Amino acid sequence: MPQTASPAHPLLSAQALRFTRNDMPVFGPVDFEVAAGEALLVQGDNGSGKTTLLKVLAGLLRADDGDIRLQGQAAAPALRARVVGYLGHLPAQKADLSALENLRFLCGLHGSRPGMSLEDAMATVGLAGYEDALARQMSAGQRKRLSLARLWLSPAPLWLMDEPYANLDLEGIELVNRMVQAHLREGGGAMVTTHGAYAAPPVRTRLLVLERPS
Amino acid sequence: MWSAARALAVRDLQLLWRRRGDALQPALFALLVLVLFALALGNDPEMLARVAPGALWVAVLLSGLLALDTLFRGDAEDGSLEQWLLAPVPLAWLVLVRVITHWATSALPLVLAMPLLAELMALPREHWGVLFASLLLGTPLLALLGAVVAALTVGMRRSGILVALLALPLYVPVLVFGAGAVTASAQGFDPVGGLLLLAAGLVAALVLAPLAAAAAIRIALS
Repeated sequence: MPQTASPAHPLLSAQALRFTRNDMPVFGPVDFEVAAGEALLVQGDNGSGKTTLLKVLAGLLRADDGDIRLQGQAAAPALRARVVGYLGHLPAQKADLSALENLRFLCGLHGSRPGMSLEDAMATVGLAGYEDALARQMSAGQRKRLSLARLWLSPAPLWLMDEPYANLDLEGIELVNRMVQAHLREGGGAMVTTHGAYAAPPVRTRLLVLERPS
Repeated sequence: MWSAARALAVRDLQLLWRRRGDALQPALFALLVLVLFALALGNDPEMLARVAPGALWVAVLLSGLLALDTLFRGDAEDGSLEQWLLAPVPLAWLVLVRVITHWATSALPLVLAMPLLAELMALPREHWGVLFASLLLGTPLLALLGAVVAALTVGMRRSGILVALLALPLYVPVLVFGAGAVTASAQGFDPVGGLLLLAAGLVAALVLAPLAAAAAIRIALS
């Protein structure tokens, strides 16, 4: 269950966050906050550093400058692993394993919310009946849904979702919005990148627009 | 921590079972090398017995090298390694679990098939114990050293030859002490020295290699 942080501290706050790759600025410096019950929509063109920003926040990349705080504390790896659920571009699914086996592994790795079964999560994302389908036989949209099921099961209160709408049909987009809404209602927070062509979830939203640094 | 380890081990075993043809390849390779060796050297059992320790060890080592590139590559390509990094358990622990499963499924069957291979190479029975012990200590050491090399090259697209070049200098001492212990035993000397060195190397590698490999994976992914 996503535990609510003490109200004084936002789930995530970043100050003067900046990232450069080979002396080329990728984004920043940016400042922003994600409070519990709130979604931060990150918009920007291709190449404006949305994915990199999320990777930095998840801890996959190290920022050059700036300060990331989770629930008011410095983002140490152990805290990060507990607070952050990351949905990236790569599905982290094994083509030779079935949907359920993939999900079971990822939940074993990250831990899962008590009282929620893998089958329920698969039904939530509209994959009921596909438990035994091999990941290689599933479409890109179905694999995305499987990743969403993994995030749904994750006990982390802060979701970092990198282009969650990609590859999804209209009903899938609706599903993402519903999931984010439910997650926020339980006191979680979400950070969603999009290039702006999709409807945002109907929740309390802040907007962060990234521009390509000149 | 244990649940993550179990999840990873179960996943690896399931994957292996799905692709059991590929999984047999290293063992078949070692078998092939030894059969060809035995055929090429003809019916001179004494000569065969003399080269047996070295040939057996080289076959096992090369078959391990063959499987090395697959250790982390698949996981790097489909994003699994990213999720390993984000998991609430240390990356080094996951690396260790991965290497142990890899060893248990690729090298251990070969070690267990040793009586057959040793018979093929006409190695006298009294030396089988030493051979078995040296392989049991040496193959996990090879796997751990190999994991560091595989982690170092995981960011590269085609790294087959580079893996071999990087791994060989690390493998040579293991080969020398492993094959050396069996040879010493065959010549009537005490093989314990070589075995103890292998054991010491294994203990050190069990602790250090996962840490080094985890650091290399972090660098490769950033």
